Amino acid sequence: MSDASDSVARRTSRNRWFLLTPALVVLTLAASGPLLVVLIYSFLTPGDYGGVVWKPSTDGWFSVILQRDFFTDELTFADAHLSIFWRSIWLSLMTTIITFVIGFPTAYFIATRPANRRDIWMLLIIIPFWTNLLIRTFAVMELIRNEGTVNSMLIALGIIDQPIQMLFTDFAVLVGMAYVFLPLMVLPIYASMERMDFSLVEAGYDLYATRWRVLRNVIMPLVKPGVIAGSILVFVPSLGAYVTPRVLGGGKQLMLGNLIELQFGQGRNWPLGAALSLTLLFIVTVALLFYVRAAGKEEGHHG
Amino acid sequence: MAKPFDIRRQTGFNAIAMACFVLLYLPIILLVIYSFNAGRSVAIWEGFSWRWYISAWQNDQVQSATVRSLILATSAAIFSTACAVPAALATTRQGSFKGYTFVFALINQPLMVPEIVTAVALLIVFAAVKVATGYTGFGYLILAHTAFCIPFAYMPIRARLQGMNLNLEQAGADLYGTPWRVFRHVTLPQLWPGILAGAMLAFVTSLDDVVITEFVKSAGQDTLPTYMLGQMRRVVTPEVNAISSALLAISVVMVMAFFFLSKTRK
Repeated sequence: MSDASDSVARRTSRNRWFLLTPALVVLTLAASGPLLVVLIYSFLTPGDYGGVVWKPSTDGWFSVILQRDFFTDELTFADAHLSIFWRSIWLSLMTTIITFVIGFPTAYFIATRPANRRDIWMLLIIIPFWTNLLIRTFAVMELIRNEGTVNSMLIALGIIDQPIQMLFTDFAVLVGMAYVFLPLMVLPIYASMERMDFSLVEAGYDLYATRWRVLRNVIMPLVKPGVIAGSILVFVPSLGAYVTPRVLGGGKQLMLGNLIELQFGQGRNWPLGAALSLTLLFIVTVALLFYVRAAGKEEGHHG
Repeated sequence: MAKPFDIRRQTGFNAIAMACFVLLYLPIILLVIYSFNAGRSVAIWEGFSWRWYISAWQNDQVQSATVRSLILATSAAIFSTACAVPAALATTRQGSFKGYTFVFALINQPLMVPEIVTAVALLIVFAAVKVATGYTGFGYLILAHTAFCIPFAYMPIRARLQGMNLNLEQAGADLYGTPWRVFRHVTLPQLWPGILAGAMLAFVTSLDDVVITEFVKSAGQDTLPTYMLGQMRRVVTPEVNAISSALLAISVVMVMAFFFLSKTRK
C-alpha cells in the first residue's frame, strides 16, 4: 500500500514541477537571475565607458555612503548620496502620511455606504489605480506648471501676479507621489473596514464615548492591519519611485531611483549603480519584513 | 426633533472623501479636455478641435510606437497567462508542498522588488547578452514584460481556482476522466473568466510600463509610454494629451470589463 501511495506522491510532485516550469524559467531568466548578476556587478570595477571590468573591487559599495578625497585619500561621508537617501525616505514618509490623511476617511466613507453602492465607489478608486502612472504624473504636471491650470486660475482671479514655481520642486514630487499612490492606501484600508462589525461602534457610543474616542479606540484598532498594509504599499513604491521624481522633479530633485539611473548613464559607474540598487532593495525588504511581522502579530491577536 | 444619532458618521470624513474623489479625477479630466484644445496651450482653452488627435495619428513615431506597444502588450499577455495557468493549477490543486513559499515568492517577486532595481538588473544582463550574441531585437522586451506580467495574470486565475467547487472535478475523476480530460472539460470551462481577467490585467500592466521598457529597449524601440516620457522633456503640446487620452480610454474600458467579469462569478 505504501508503495502505491509513494508512487502517486512522486507522480503528483513531478506533475507539479512540470506545471510550474514555464513560469519559473521565465522568472529566473528575467527577474531573479538578473538580481544575482547585479550582486556580482556590485563587486566589480567600472569600465571607462560604462559596463564593468572583471576585476574584483569593493569600491562600488564604499561609494554608496563614503567618498575618498582625490588628493589626500581621506575617507568622508558622501554628502550628495546621503542627502538623496534622506530625501527619498523623507518624501516617502510624507507621501505615506498624506495618503493616509486623505485615504482613511475616503475608505471609511465607502465602507459606510449601502452594500450595493460600495462596489461602484470602489471602482472609482480602482480606475485611476489601473491607469498609466506616467499619464497621471503628466496630468499633475499640467496642473502645477507655471503656465498650468492652477497658476493661470490664480492669476486670472488676481490673487498673484507672477506664477508660483511649483514644478521641479520637492513639493511637486510630493504632490505627484501622493496623487499616484493614493489608491494603494484606500484599497487595503477599505478591505479591512468592510469586514468591520459596526455593532462594536454602537457599543462604544452606548458607553458614552465621543466620536473621536470611538474612532481612536474602537475603529482604529480594528482596521490597523489595513492601515499597516496601505502604508507599506505606499511607502515601498514611493521609495523606489523613478518616473514621478524624473518628470516633476525635473532632474534636480533626485530620488534614489534617479541616482541609480545616473550611474548607468552619465555617471558610468555600474558597480556603484548596482550597489545602490541592492541598498534600495534591502531597505524595501526591511519594510516588507516589518509588515509581515506586524500582520502576523495582528492575526495572532484576533485569530 | 433632533436628527437621529448616526453611529456611522465621523465629522469631516464625508467632506474629505468628496475632496478625494474630486482631486483624483480633476487632473485626468482636465488632461482629456485639453486634448481637444484648438490652440497649442495645455492651459488656455481656445475652442474644440480634433487637431491633436489627427496630428498624433499622422505622426510616424507615434504610429510605430503604438504598433510596438500593442504587439508587446499582446505577446506579454499571452505568454504570461500561458505561464500563469499551469502555475496556478500547481499551487492550488495539489495541496501544500515543499518549496511552496519559494515558488510563491518567485512568482510575486516582480511585485515586491522596486521596478527600477529590476530595470537595472535587466539592463546589465541584456547588455551582456547583446554583446555576446549580437541580437538586439524585440525579444528582450517581450521576455522582460512577460516576466513582470506573470504575477498579474496569476492572481485572478488563482483566486478563481480557489473559489471553485472541487466536487465537479472529483466527479469527473470518478467517471474515469483522465487528468487532462477533467481539466479540459470540467476545470477549464469554469476557469475562463479568471484566465480572461488575468490576461487583461497583464495586458494593461504591460501597456502602462515605462521604467523597465526605458532601460531594456534598444535604440528605435520606443513604446508609447517611453515616447511620451521623452516628449515631456520639451514644451508639451496637446498632442501628448491626445495620446494620453487614447491610452486612458483603453485602460478604463479594460478595468470596467475586468470589474464586471469578476462580479459575475457570484
